[in-house]
Amino acid sequence: MTSHAITSTEPTSVGWRSALPIAAVAVVAAYGLMSSDYVVTVLGFAFIYAIFCTGLNFFMGYTGQASFGQSAFAAIGGYGSAILCTDYGWEPLLALIATMAISGVVAAVVGYPTLRLRGHYLAMATFALGLIAYEITIEWTSLTQGYMGYAGIPPLGLGGFELATLKQQFIAIVVMALIGVGVASRLRQSRFGRALASIAGSELAARALGVDIARYKLVAFVIAALYASAAGSLFAHFVGFISPEIYGTSMVIQSFAMLYLGGIGTTWGPMLGAVIVSVLPEALRGLKEMQDIAYTAILIFILIFAPRGLAGLTVLFRRARRPALGKA
Amino acid sequence: MALLSVREATKRFGGLLANEAISFDVEEGELLAVIGPNGAGKTTLFNVISGAYPPTSGSIHFDGRDITGASPHGVAHAGLVRTYQLVQLFKNLTVAENVEIGSHRVTRGGVFSALFRPHWMQQQEKSVSVGARELLRFVGLEAQADDPADTLPYGRQRLLEVARALAARPRLLLLDEPAAGLNTQETEALAEVISRIHLGGTTVILIEHDMSLVMKIAQRIVVLDFGKKIAEGAPDEIKSHPDVIAAYLGGTEILDA
Ligand SMILES: Nc1ncnc2c1ncn2[C@@H]1O[C@H](COP(=O)(O)OP(=O)(O)OP(=O)(O)O)[C@@H](O)[C@H]1O
Ligand SMILES: [Mg+2]
Repeated sequence: MTSHAITSTEPTSVGWRSALPIAAVAVVAAYGLMSSDYVVTVLGFAFIYAIFCTGLNFFMGYTGQASFGQSAFAAIGGYGSAILCTDYGWEPLLALIATMAISGVVAAVVGYPTLRLRGHYLAMATFALGLIAYEITIEWTSLTQGYMGYAGIPPLGLGGFELATLKQQFIAIVVMALIGVGVASRLRQSRFGRALASIAGSELAARALGVDIARYKLVAFVIAALYASAAGSLFAHFVGFISPEIYGTSMVIQSFAMLYLGGIGTTWGPMLGAVIVSVLPEALRGLKEMQDIAYTAILIFILIFAPRGLAGLTVLFRRARRPALGKA
Repeated sequence: MALLSVREATKRFGGLLANEAISFDVEEGELLAVIGPNGAGKTTLFNVISGAYPPTSGSIHFDGRDITGASPHGVAHAGLVRTYQLVQLFKNLTVAENVEIGSHRVTRGGVFSALFRPHWMQQQEKSVSVGARELLRFVGLEAQADDPADTLPYGRQRLLEVARALAARPRLLLLDEPAAGLNTQETEALAEVISRIHLGGTTVILIEHDMSLVMKIAQRIVVLDFGKKIAEGAPDEIKSHPDVIAAYLGGTEILDA
């Protein structure tokens, strides 16, 4: 009886839970495609951030660790893709994958000693990582062109087939963001994902059950770096121009707002937060000088009434429904 | 050969000798209790055995292997699983997920099998989930399987911790005061669960203050006081051991039990 309940609920419930968010993404994307290039640009940024945040969620959400330096990996992706494609004529997709690999290696090398630190120390160490990357993008002018930035980065494409219009690129970005969420969801619902969650829950209990904490933290950090790198590359191709500020501290702060607002540790929360935080200022543009105040007020309002983020609200529905089912 | 063999285990914190040359063996299938007044060094002994920190001197052998100074997760992988004196649940997860994580040691697979879900992985996921429900039934928590772990009443959180540790299929289970803070009824339920674990063939070391519980289920008792082992023997011997009675300040606690 029990085993029947388990085997039947698992796949269907996962299917159901993702049907609604995917439909919502389709609606947002369709809206973008019917709107001006300006709207497409805003939404494109939103979904690039969704990729960044979905990755960060592995480390900060599932595993419960803080990283203030994820922008460094976006910078590796962005500058790597810019340099490889512009100066060396690489295929954008290959450059994206190659720079992800570089980011992964850097994350492993940097993370190995750093992740032994805890709490504030880890936060400081990762913050320093972001600052170092930022300094490099400014100072190493022969490589990065410094403050001038890198222009003329080709759009996404593969094998001579170029996504020439902004809208085509936008579709590619949305698809990649959805794949990113799909991968995250699969990884979370597995032995691997449970091990990450156990670290967030209690390191003492996790290690007593045989979870190699240092190793899983490192893998989560590397995965987050892979996503960040891809997001950085996509940004470079989407805009065609990058400069140091793009991968600066504001990226970190922005992504935190998205994670917490959308629902840290949830499957769809990072994407939800990314879209809302990106779109909200544009939606409030009509308020002119009141824009910033309204924006901040709305963010605070959401965080007060949905402290676990907007995606966390679905838990309320599930909780409200269960007793009714149980007693029926 | 003994399953666990503690030899001259000593742990010093600065000037304090929390464990001083403690030696004892635990045979396969045994239920051993470790008792002693507050601060006697019981939890420290568990920490030393389970790899939380290395002993200052002495050695720990488990299943014929020297595990002195091994990492906590390494010790767990060898089959020695512990619980903590303070409840350490994964509060952010459901009751069932807590137990599923317990099976980490006896399952396999990483990022790639999670992503591509080969057949064996799907089978494993099913058996992890079915196994978790079975363990929840074993401790009487099946009705709460989908509740968030932190909504359980305290007594049930204790049972959940035991179920989670069992999911790791330990060869030796170390329970640090599992009945702390439980009422009489809950303590009885827990005692019954521990007895059944023991009957199922799992070797258990139990730290416990509740003497009636210890006297009822333990086969052998090790008594610590001020970091030293002052007695070891069957419950009846321990009850009347003069040093033990002295350690417990007149011993009313023990004699009443
Ligand atoms: N990490 C530590 N650093 C310094 N001193 C410690 C540490 N852990 C324990 N101690 C000290 O070692 C002694 C033994 O502590 P321990 O926790 O092992 O006792 P216990 O027998 O488990 O007591 P209780 O019944 O209260 O749980 C105590 O004096 C304690 O203060
Ligand atoms: Mg103790």
